Amino acid sequence: MNFEHTEDRRMLADTLNRFVAEQVGIETRNRIAYGDNGMDAALWAQFAELGAIGALFPEADGGFGGAGFDIAVVFEALGRGLVVEPFLGALVVGRALGAVGTAAQKERIAGLIDGSTVAALAHDEPGSHYALSRVETRAVRNGEGWLLTGQKAVVVQGGNAQLLLVSARTSGAVDSEDGISLFLVPGDAARLVRRGYGRIDGGHAAEITLTNVQVGPEALLGAEGQGYATLEQAVGYGILAVCAEALGAMEVAKANTLEYLQTRKQFGVPIGSFQALQHRMADLLLEVEQSRSAVINAAAAIDSTDRTERERALSAAKVTIGRIGALVAEESIQLHGGIGMTWELPLSHYAKRLVMVDHQFGDEDHHLARFIALGRN
Amino acid sequence: MDLQFTPEEQAFREEVQTFLKDKLPKHISDKVKAGQRLSKADQEEWHAILNERGWLANHWPQEYGGPGWGAVQKFIFDNECALAGGPRIVPFGVNMLGPVLIKFGNAAQKSYWLPRILSGQDWWCQGYSEPGAGSDLASVKTTAVRQGDHYIVNGQKTWTTQGQHANMIFCLVRTDREAKAQSGISFLLVDMTTPGVEIRPIRTLDGDKEVNEVFFTDVKVPVENLVGEENKGWTYAKYLLTYERTGIAGVGFCVAALAKLKVIAAKVHKNGKPLDQDPLFAARMAQVEIDLENMKTTNLRVIAAVAGGGVPGAESSMLKIRGTEIRQEILSLIRRAMGPYALPFIEEAQYAGYAEAPVGPAEAATAAANYFNYRKLSIFGGSNEIQKNIISKMILGL
Repeated sequence: MNFEHTEDRRMLADTLNRFVAEQVGIETRNRIAYGDNGMDAALWAQFAELGAIGALFPEADGGFGGAGFDIAVVFEALGRGLVVEPFLGALVVGRALGAVGTAAQKERIAGLIDGSTVAALAHDEPGSHYALSRVETRAVRNGEGWLLTGQKAVVVQGGNAQLLLVSARTSGAVDSEDGISLFLVPGDAARLVRRGYGRIDGGHAAEITLTNVQVGPEALLGAEGQGYATLEQAVGYGILAVCAEALGAMEVAKANTLEYLQTRKQFGVPIGSFQALQHRMADLLLEVEQSRSAVINAAAAIDSTDRTERERALSAAKVTIGRIGALVAEESIQLHGGIGMTWELPLSHYAKRLVMVDHQFGDEDHHLARFIALGRN
Repeated sequence: MDLQFTPEEQAFREEVQTFLKDKLPKHISDKVKAGQRLSKADQEEWHAILNERGWLANHWPQEYGGPGWGAVQKFIFDNECALAGGPRIVPFGVNMLGPVLIKFGNAAQKSYWLPRILSGQDWWCQGYSEPGAGSDLASVKTTAVRQGDHYIVNGQKTWTTQGQHANMIFCLVRTDREAKAQSGISFLLVDMTTPGVEIRPIRTLDGDKEVNEVFFTDVKVPVENLVGEENKGWTYAKYLLTYERTGIAGVGFCVAALAKLKVIAAKVHKNGKPLDQDPLFAARMAQVEIDLENMKTTNLRVIAAVAGGGVPGAESSMLKIRGTEIRQEILSLIRRAMGPYALPFIEEAQYAGYAEAPVGPAEAATAAANYFNYRKLSIFGGSNEIQKNIISKMILGL
């Protein structure tokens, strides 16, 4: 048993934390996050240069990390700065490529790591509401290749992506795990329409409509109809990533709130001297520590070959982060009082991200139900 | 970062498991698993078995009879004991008084009292709380007035757990009435067979009689029973309260209780289906299981942080709060799982050997009583609200 990170990983965390603190202050971040693109290409290139993207991938795929704790360390640092650059898409799409890609397909991971390709997972659909196996988008054979038709919902950084990983049904019922296939589709493919928009917590997403989008045979990732397992694993990395990101954001929200309690005076004394507020803050601390434990458990389990063990730990973490993320957000706002309601206060942006994490890859209810179902298998 | 036990730790765990398999008496573990009350003889038997193996005072230094374990080994041992249905050892002598004597007692006190704690010759109880002084211990009113070679003790202690079995009590007494709250308190060892000591049981809401009131009327206590210096008792009292709290989360007890809950929920039926198929009940169980999984890791993180030999400080307050909340939630779910059969209360069925057929499921006999009994978890050892005060002050700096 050992809860220390390796020397390399500590250095990675230090470097990244320092870079985020120095280069991505809240004003810079907000300008990017709520700007026209919802990301900054120059900053993304800098992250790539630092090796922050490469840390998400194993050496076999051209990276220099890729373990659960590497991913957790990177995303916790990103969460501290509310970074909106497209790390999540790189991780999820890249790990799917690494898992089942052909040699030619795997070559595309290099473009992810060096930052030249922005990638996004286009999986959720308007009616799926987190149900991973529900895919209405269809792919039918057309000559050597495929024709894709359907609609994809809230594709994170979908408008900026050059590479989309699109799930589409090649057989089976609409909610069947069997019959889902994965396709690599260029973001600017013909008859693919993107409606981009900003997100309430910063960064961009897009609704994507595919109408007989033609792709070649090389676009199919993994075996036809067998995409579900790959999808589940890739989304698992996404779950770990957003949980760790939320943990970083929680730490900042906690620190900001504590500082406010120590400095803000009412009735002639710091409000942190009031027991009603002290106990809420003590609860917050305790819950953040439980969140950290949940992220550690998920990071340790994600490389497990035992599917039930892995997926239960991931769902447990997502339940934990969903509940506590919202709690930290709501309590931080409440403990700040009126100022916590303002756009001007950095905290409010952390609060928004902490709540919205629950809306990605399945919320607290979804994962509690999944945790139960996995326990019955 | 590695959450797995090392091969050495794993080997130790297996050693503990083997010991428990061979040595933990079935008649005791059966009672623990059924939530039945233990007799004095049961507790003395387990105490003696652990002492024989050298594992009783497992956080004492080796020179006083401890096994020389680190925090991880203690954690493993506590967990395995709980999982096997081993009872919590009576903590007052081994876990509370022992460390105080080791740190603050004189040579004569150490050589006289410590072996008697290990052998079980003395059964200690704790004379801290008084009527009107619960979590606010500094307000003790029991007095000890020096008269020659003796102190004369007058006053009342309360919530004295298992005092009915004890022959010795360690007390916080006021030796200086002029001094302010926390000074003027002394730490005194009192023989309960001394004339003037009277003990009366307090019946708790579950019908049990494990706590008591102890009255002192002109009780003569030899001065050599003063631990440390006169009027410095508060320091020793605080040390006792913060010492050795890596086990305070009770993770092992929580894991054992959750396993019991799962068995019950699979067996008890609601409208023709096992209760664990009921979506709302299943969700409650899953939530507490997730909280417990997180708690385990939090506990291990605290232990790893002190594995160098330190004593956890305010972090143990976090473990206490969340650990007791989780255990209480599991006991609450066991009670709920019994449905209407949580209502019948047969006092004799709280003990092993009840000859009649159970009313309802066998587990129902003790489910509600245990739920009520364990409301104490969030009150004793410094209530959970006191723990939040400690976190606010020591960790948050508020």
